[in-house]
Amino acid sequence: MAEPGSDVVVVGAGIIGAACAFFGARAGLSITVLDRGSVGGGTTSRCEGNILVSDKGPGPELDLALASRSLWLDLAAEHGAERYELEEKGGLVVATSEAGLSSLRSFAAGQGTGGVIAEPVASERLRDHEPNLAAGLPGGAFYPQDMQVQPVLAAASLLAAARDLGARVVTGEEVTGALRGADGRITAVRTARTTYPTAAVVNAAGTWGAVVGERLGGTVPVLPRRGFILVTEPLPRVVRHKVYSADYVDNVASGDAGLETSAVVEGTRGGTVLIGASRERVGFDETLSVEVLRRLAAQAVRLFPFLAQVRLMRSYRGFRPYCPDHLPVIGSDRRVPGLLHACGHEGAGIGLAPATGRLVADLLTGAPPQLDPAAFDPMRFVLEDA
Amino acid sequence: MGTSRSDRVHDVVVVGAGPAGLAAAGRAAALGADVALVDGAAVPGGQYWRQPADDALAGSVASLHHGLARYRRLVERVRGIEAAGGWFPRHQVWTVTREEGTFVVLAITGTGAEEREVGIRGRRLVLAPGAYDRQVPFPGWDLPGVMTAGGVQALLKGHAVTAGRRVVVAGTGPFLLPVAAGLAESGATVAGVHEAASPLAWGRHIGAVVRNVAKLGEGAGYVRTLARHRVPVRTRSVVVAAHGEQVLERLTVARLAADGSVLPGSRTTVAADVLAVGWGFTPQLELPMALGCATRVDVDGSLVCTVDDQQRSSVEGVFVAGEACGIGGADLAVVEGEIAGAAAAGTPLTDRRLLRRRLALRRFAAAMHAAHPVPTGWIDRLTEDTVVCRCEEVTVGRLRSALPLGADDARSAKLLARPGMGWCQGRVCGYAVSCVMSAWTGVPPSPVSIAARSVASPLRLGTVAATEDPSSAAES
Repeated sequence: MAEPGSDVVVVGAGIIGAACAFFGARAGLSITVLDRGSVGGGTTSRCEGNILVSDKGPGPELDLALASRSLWLDLAAEHGAERYELEEKGGLVVATSEAGLSSLRSFAAGQGTGGVIAEPVASERLRDHEPNLAAGLPGGAFYPQDMQVQPVLAAASLLAAARDLGARVVTGEEVTGALRGADGRITAVRTARTTYPTAAVVNAAGTWGAVVGERLGGTVPVLPRRGFILVTEPLPRVVRHKVYSADYVDNVASGDAGLETSAVVEGTRGGTVLIGASRERVGFDETLSVEVLRRLAAQAVRLFPFLAQVRLMRSYRGFRPYCPDHLPVIGSDRRVPGLLHACGHEGAGIGLAPATGRLVADLLTGAPPQLDPAAFDPMRFVLEDA
Repeated sequence: MGTSRSDRVHDVVVVGAGPAGLAAAGRAAALGADVALVDGAAVPGGQYWRQPADDALAGSVASLHHGLARYRRLVERVRGIEAAGGWFPRHQVWTVTREEGTFVVLAITGTGAEEREVGIRGRRLVLAPGAYDRQVPFPGWDLPGVMTAGGVQALLKGHAVTAGRRVVVAGTGPFLLPVAAGLAESGATVAGVHEAASPLAWGRHIGAVVRNVAKLGEGAGYVRTLARHRVPVRTRSVVVAAHGEQVLERLTVARLAADGSVLPGSRTTVAADVLAVGWGFTPQLELPMALGCATRVDVDGSLVCTVDDQQRSSVEGVFVAGEACGIGGADLAVVEGEIAGAAAAGTPLTDRRLLRRRLALRRFAAAMHAAHPVPTGWIDRLTEDTVVCRCEEVTVGRLRSALPLGADDARSAKLLARPGMGWCQGRVCGYAVSCVMSAWTGVPPSPVSIAARSVASPLRLGTVAATEDPSSAAES
């Protein structure tokens, strides 16, 4: 027994799948979203919901981030900021050494040419932005464009909006493969239970994008990069912005497989303070690393000394989907006609989701893309035969 | 703040000094093992034999305890551990980790600015973390004065304090009787015991019951005490709502039909300033789950650790005993502790009687769970403004609003509507939220998603950070 057919099956009900479903449905396509788990239950539920431009230098990812940022604002205007708990909170990047400050200054100057607003903040002005910061930090930069959403709510709301446009969302449905016609084109997606006839499939499986890609006939080199987040007891608003140490930018771009940590601190609406960020390549190892917790706590306390007295309530870990060149894969897989990929957004999936979804919709409908997709081409990792 | 790490590696570290942990530690020590025994309280005993930190009170609460002679024997057996520097009272374990082939139990001790972390190393672990009260919400349950049966009992045993002057005890299970009897003996007016189960429910499990005659005797003793104090004991009876302006003043109680619904016309009002309510217990699995121990769903719907006949978990070197292996009471916990302690000491018991005793007590526990289920009707009695999660003040209506967003289980409900995100981390509301979500969506509850907690007990970030090796935090 097959399910009703649709123009597109999106695999993954995380933030990227939700954005693909919403923009696809809005472009007039009939969409079915399949997820083996719940809505936003994967990496989307393991992150802080950042929409950042501050951590990106000029290049294709920044272009995607800026386009995405303005789409997030459009979505909030259209549906109400409450539906996403979108907050234009701004980011404060703090240098912890003089050398760090000078490299932050030159990085920020470069960002300016790419469209990022970075306001230098002198040492004595840091506490105007964040009254509880440690004394004596050499300086920093304020990024008014940085924003945040509640990530699971954002994915769920985008999917609800897609459903309003006719999309169908099926959770608890694991994709096992694809059926292809005589010409090699995908004709249906198979699950453990049934088949979903479709003309196109979008692999939006995030960290599990490599596995899903392989099942659909076209693998992509997406690997997990583990991160822990510490959650404190609920407090009054004591951290106003997203505040992070300038080392974070180097860690994001680093190719090192070992453990890297840099303090990323922010308050939430619930009153808890979230403390990240660690990066390590340990596969899908889910065990708690006390060592990582200690380093994150120590670095956070260095930025905000009052945190030493605040209690850690829980921690969580997730697996960022990363590609070797730290860029997502967005576009058609020319090995499998009908297959598109939209995964590998590493730690930036929330921020990059709307522009990714719109780009996928453009590729599906044949509309001229509003952004050059060349840098995200999934084929960049594939030695293609002539 | 600060930390202390001893280089001493114990043969066995036992976490929890309740019936199971006391038995395990004593048995392992008697077999010659170098044992550490770690507990959050000042005095061993756990919840079951909870002792006042203040010695002066010990005499006044002694009569509340069942099997006190046995408790004293178990404590006597761990004296040697204390003498050898292996007793760690007032040490709250927040996680367990591994280092160089040993387990390191990380515990917090001291309060305020004195809080510090202590790492206790062991080659093998016995985890005896116990259980906490299982709660289900009902209209008014968030009023001050509505307490858990275990909480009321802890006040009584630990502080010689009766929680109220006029107390109603309600819920289900044999634990309600000692709570009510203890209150009555301590001078409180017990306005009634409302047991949801039918008095006939045990009849089907007569085989399990006759092998445990002593337990029946224990129950009969409490019944006699209640009769002497003229405490009305009602079966198939349930508290359906709590009322009061600022604090609890009255309760609505009602008779239950066989299907768990309220019999029409059976609602009556009872005045009370405290309600002690308990619906059985939920095992504390944070530590076994942190180590990756395999779990299963027990007959009462609780997630419990899977252990073999030597109380070995699925993780090499980790033994689990007591309520974490299935709610079964103190007698079973002691037997499991003896077996676990011996096995952890490297000398597995060959005493068939003990193994047979464990089997009989487990059958008794299974019969108890079958006789005392949580009657399903409670979900139908929730109103839209009944609070489900007290920490985050999530009402039934708010929880329901997560359904159209795609919430289909306790975890996705938590991510979309915040139940379980607060101080208690879902210990209070996790069971209820998973039942409600399951009732609404038809998806079976998934106890795993509500049992795992990365931090078993909150601690200061400064304490977490203090043990960081400065050389490894290469922040340039």
